[in-house]
Amino acid sequence: MSGHVFHPGHEELHGVTVVVEAPSGRTVVGRYHERTETGVLLHDVAVHDPATTEMSRADWIERQMKFGVKADHRHMVVPHAIRITRLMEWTGRSV
Amino acid sequence: MPYSEMMVKPMREEVSRLGVTELKTVADVDAALGAGEGTAMVFVNSVCGCAAGAARPALAVALQHPVKPQHLYTVFAGQDLDASARARSYFADYQPSSPSIALLRDGEVVHFIHRHMIEGRGPQAIAADLIAAFDKFSSPERVTNRE
Repeated sequence: MSGHVFHPGHEELHGVTVVVEAPSGRTVVGRYHERTETGVLLHDVAVHDPATTEMSRADWIERQMKFGVKADHRHMVVPHAIRITRLMEWTGRSV
Repeated sequence: MPYSEMMVKPMREEVSRLGVTELKTVADVDAALGAGEGTAMVFVNSVCGCAAGAARPALAVALQHPVKPQHLYTVFAGQDLDASARARSYFADYQPSSPSIALLRDGEVVHFIHRHMIEGRGPQAIAADLIAAFDKFSSPERVTNRE
């Protein structure tokens, strides 16, 4: 993390595209808005669900990084996020 | 819905005064990119105060570098809607985001800087990435090697 807050008054990740790992095994990429009592609110969200796609999570995230985020949902709240990582800083590690 | 032109004008000028040609119509875009010759940069401008507020100064720094694309263009996303959509058709494999920067060589996308590569970073860091891409894809040696 750079420590550079570019939206004064918000969390450092506000407005930044992040990878959110959920306990369900799903991985979500979207633009971080805020963390609330119900979970992490993201905008312009793409979802990787290992139950419904053959593409590995690593390959899927690599694709988001190279070709951009193909948003399936305008907004999403992800409860109980295990880990939140800037997409730019994703290294392919497993949960 | 487009913003007030009065509000957007300084953002346009911040880019156009760098010598970047603004493409405001579909015809402008096709005239600029249709031939697909040489190296070109398309800067997709945005009103976003955070990411674009860093991307425009980054572009200013990068364009001081001696190596740069032969053709420098910009479209304004969310403002010049048809022109932006047309420009994006020339890099259709890439999801639309703004601000973003496409580098093309002979009509092919050779490098793409998405919004997510800009967010939360300072202009100098973004400029460094852009300069590295200019050196890699726009240097005369590189063009010569392809011939």
